[in-house]
Amino acid sequence: MSIINSLISGLSLGSVYAIIALGYTMVYGISRMLNFAHGDVIMIGSYVSFCLTMYVGMPGWLALVGAMAACTVLGVTIERIAYRPLRGTGSLGVLITAIGVSYFLQNAALLIWGANPRVFTTLFKGLDPIRLANARLVITAESFFTIIVCVVIMVALTLFVHRTKAGKAMRAVSEDNGAAQLMGINVNQSISLTFAIGSGLAAVAGVLMCSAYPVLMPTTGAMPGIKAFTAAVVGGIGSIPGAMVGGLILGIIEILSRAYISTELSDAIVFACLIIVLLVKPTGLFGKNTREKV
Amino acid sequence: MGKKWMKAAVVAVSCMMAMALAGCGGGSASDGEALKVGVIGPFTGPAAIYGEAVKNGAQLAADEINANDPAFKIEIMAQDDEHDAEKSVNAYNKLRDEGMQVLVGTTTTAPCTAVAAEAYKDRVFTLTPSASGPAVTEGNDNVFQLCFSDPNQGVAVAEYMAANFPDAKVGVIYNNADNYSSGIYAKFKSTWEGKGKKILATEAFADDANADFTAQLNSMKNAGVDMVFLPIYYTPASNIMTQADKMDYKPTYFGVDGMDGILALEGFDTSLAEGVLLLTPFTAYSEDEDTQKFVKAYEEAFGDTPIQFAADAYDCVYAVYDSYQKTGCSVEDDSATICEAMIKVFTGDFTFSGLTGQNMKWNEAGEVDKTPKVCVIQDGKYIEK
Repeated sequence: MSIINSLISGLSLGSVYAIIALGYTMVYGISRMLNFAHGDVIMIGSYVSFCLTMYVGMPGWLALVGAMAACTVLGVTIERIAYRPLRGTGSLGVLITAIGVSYFLQNAALLIWGANPRVFTTLFKGLDPIRLANARLVITAESFFTIIVCVVIMVALTLFVHRTKAGKAMRAVSEDNGAAQLMGINVNQSISLTFAIGSGLAAVAGVLMCSAYPVLMPTTGAMPGIKAFTAAVVGGIGSIPGAMVGGLILGIIEILSRAYISTELSDAIVFACLIIVLLVKPTGLFGKNTREKV
Repeated sequence: MGKKWMKAAVVAVSCMMAMALAGCGGGSASDGEALKVGVIGPFTGPAAIYGEAVKNGAQLAADEINANDPAFKIEIMAQDDEHDAEKSVNAYNKLRDEGMQVLVGTTTTAPCTAVAAEAYKDRVFTLTPSASGPAVTEGNDNVFQLCFSDPNQGVAVAEYMAANFPDAKVGVIYNNADNYSSGIYAKFKSTWEGKGKKILATEAFADDANADFTAQLNSMKNAGVDMVFLPIYYTPASNIMTQADKMDYKPTYFGVDGMDGILALEGFDTSLAEGVLLLTPFTAYSEDEDTQKFVKAYEEAFGDTPIQFAADAYDCVYAVYDSYQKTGCSVEDDSATICEAMIKVFTGDFTFSGLTGQNMKWNEAGEVDKTPKVCVIQDGKYIEK
């Protein structure tokens, strides 16, 4: 029974990684850049939600909507101010800028909210855990809803990308930026939309994560951000199903290695998996094998 | 018109110059009378609650001394280190440049280890209120601890548990990326096992306060652990308690000085901490008269109930004051002269009674000898056991 318990925790943690990884992978897919500030957008989203519930007294779901709105604006603003002017100057410049934005957000949070950690009130307050098999199997409301939300987001995003005009435009831009522009697609708008969606999802991930693991600090987004990036790479960066599968695999490996191998080595095992996957399949599990045309 | 303006400007400028000169002269004169005591700790960052407490406690003691002793003044100079070794050394260097003569600090172990090495080289007498790691004092004859060293905390907890909870089924969750936590754990383990007892489950985590602890907690639960020893800081501890509660797992928790502060954590459901036991030399709810006086003054000055770290720092400044009186040094002496004289006093027959212990004595290794106290959290307060 304990392995099922662990699997459920793993799925729930993996779902959070998957939602964050979607942000990395979509942005990479469309603009070929690694948005290292993504993890910190999660943290900002959590803080916004925390403030809306604690100081404004909003119910949890409304605070989540508020956090999503704030993060969407933040994501689009970051793209407009920090990344767009550097587009076309080579990937290294944008990468360094992204790291800069990450530090900027962390320190801004330190300034606004101070250094003392806060304890996040769960979104699912008052919901009892589901107890099965004489309470030997306990599924917390947080785990349950995190997994459900993750599946819903996955389905909605796939439908959006494949069935809508805006989604089609996004795919076209990611396929060939120049040709898409020639066909009359507004590339800037598509990229902004990607950042908006990715950052809105970051707020969802942040609130779900802090509901399950409630400590909130300016560095809260850093470690999950790195792990979700790993998940995106394992799944094949640029691929939406890849981010999903990568996130779930990573979460399950992390929890199972903690439960059955060693709590001391779990992070090492997680990152060792990244190295192994990349050695065997350099483009990741779902990555396309694109050949450079010479 | 023009001339009048000119005159006014000349008068204004010369006034300002005169004031600047007067400020300079006055400043240096009063500098000469005060002993410059540096305080370093995390005033920002995840351990800020400790640094703030240390700064406030030290300031309170200095203010009292300055008000009561007409012949002697202490000046507290505080610098933030964000619980980071590199920043701590920078803070130390800055204080040295500003003329620090004695250091009360630093607050947390890892930065203190780095700073202690510098202070040893520069010969600055150092009394840390709360950096409890053994590496802080090791090989540094000028560094003394006012708090228990980590090994001694581990021993004290094991002995207390064996005496009061002989049948407890004990498990441990510790932070293996932090030498404070693993240091206490190692000594606890050897003492506990030395009594022929077993630790039923041992689990670790690495620094990340916001991690998933269900695997560790499941391991405790499956091993039948009913008393979880948490030699860690309060932030991950709050996370552990919240997650355990969601899993319907309700053991008794036993913490050490790092657990102090958990009740002040914003947003934390303090009812989860009910019944938590912790080893701490100080509680704000003690009946002791001096403690009550201190708590009242602290609350008036800073609007907050003092935690153990504030009392440690308060004691530190008084211990520096008391021992300094015995050296016969003058505040014009340089830090090295004061340092040698203070070491002689501390390793001699100097004893100090303060809020965090009676008749404290120091050995040559720099460790303090005092009686440990255990408190239990009841109705959101620490009650002495």
